Amino acid sequence: MAQQMTTGQRYLRAFVSGFFVAVPITVTVLDRLAYVARVEGASMQPFLNPGGGSECDVVLLNRWSVRNYQVQRGDIVSVVSPRNPKQKIIKRVIGLEGDFIRTLGYKNRYVRIPDGHFWIEGDHHGHSLDSNSFGPVSVGLLHGRASHIIWPPNRWQQIKPSLPLNRGPLDTEEKQE
Amino acid sequence: MLRRVLGQTLGFVGYTIQYGCIAHCAFEYIGEFVVCSGPSMEPTIVNHDVVFSERMSRHLFKIQKGDIVIAKSPFDPNMNICKRVIGLEGDKICTSAPSDLFKTHTYVPKGHIWLEGDNLKNSTDSRSYGPIPYALIRGRVCLKLWPPHSFGTLSESPTQRIIKSPSDSDSD
Repeated sequence: MAQQMTTGQRYLRAFVSGFFVAVPITVTVLDRLAYVARVEGASMQPFLNPGGGSECDVVLLNRWSVRNYQVQRGDIVSVVSPRNPKQKIIKRVIGLEGDFIRTLGYKNRYVRIPDGHFWIEGDHHGHSLDSNSFGPVSVGLLHGRASHIIWPPNRWQQIKPSLPLNRGPLDTEEKQE
Repeated sequence: MLRRVLGQTLGFVGYTIQYGCIAHCAFEYIGEFVVCSGPSMEPTIVNHDVVFSERMSRHLFKIQKGDIVIAKSPFDPNMNICKRVIGLEGDKICTSAPSDLFKTHTYVPKGHIWLEGDNLKNSTDSRSYGPIPYALIRGRVCLKLWPPHSFGTLSESPTQRIIKSPSDSDSD
């Protein structure tokens, strides 16, 4: 090894060692801790993207809280689309495994969600590709839970789990119609 | 004295974080070692075999018919299943048993794959629970590492269940 390095060689060495530190840490943080995603489309209106195409919301996805696949009803989650593995869709969790759901436009009127699956729906019914089209979704496709809206600044807020009215699992007494 | 200990602790923590992240990237994007259990892939993979499954094919969407894959179970995301890919999206799958007189077929929906074990008599797979979404695949098994006498790449499907479509290349 040469005793003295030129300035160029020193910068190259610093860059390469910094690169090998920064890239794995960034990749691990994005895979395990948190992810930032822009919401496109109108399927979650009016809660997300109320302004339509003019300005899209950007949400913070918490990946650490879903490491054990624990979600609550009413959470907004991002899921890998069962129709297209290259795309992620962001929807609300309506029911968990074992629940009875009254569907909107699915081939069966009532569905019992199988083990290891859950039921997701967009808030804007009719403009949403969700479980009403492709049925219960496997929990293994869960990607992250949307915890905060971080852009635009005037819509900065924490997202709390809330089920829409009349969209929720049926209790056994309700089913006598 | 305290500053030295603090400095050393921070240095240690920094190295742990850095190597932990490198390990995560290796297991997530390169490959992982898997210990298989169960009889559903006999004779290709038997109980207590150790295999190496690589992740790149899955991230680059290059999984092909006839590959053995490790996937998350559709009914329990914490459990993994090891099966062979019989059909990709759009492929024709024969759903009737070999003893049936009338053969029934189905097509694998978009974004899904059809998995079957090599030991057809003793395997719960897509014949019972249907096609699974592609994104549940974790990796493709490429090498068997243990036991030493069967070290090496894995053999082709012993069952004649893969229907080769006319567009497949005949390179094997």
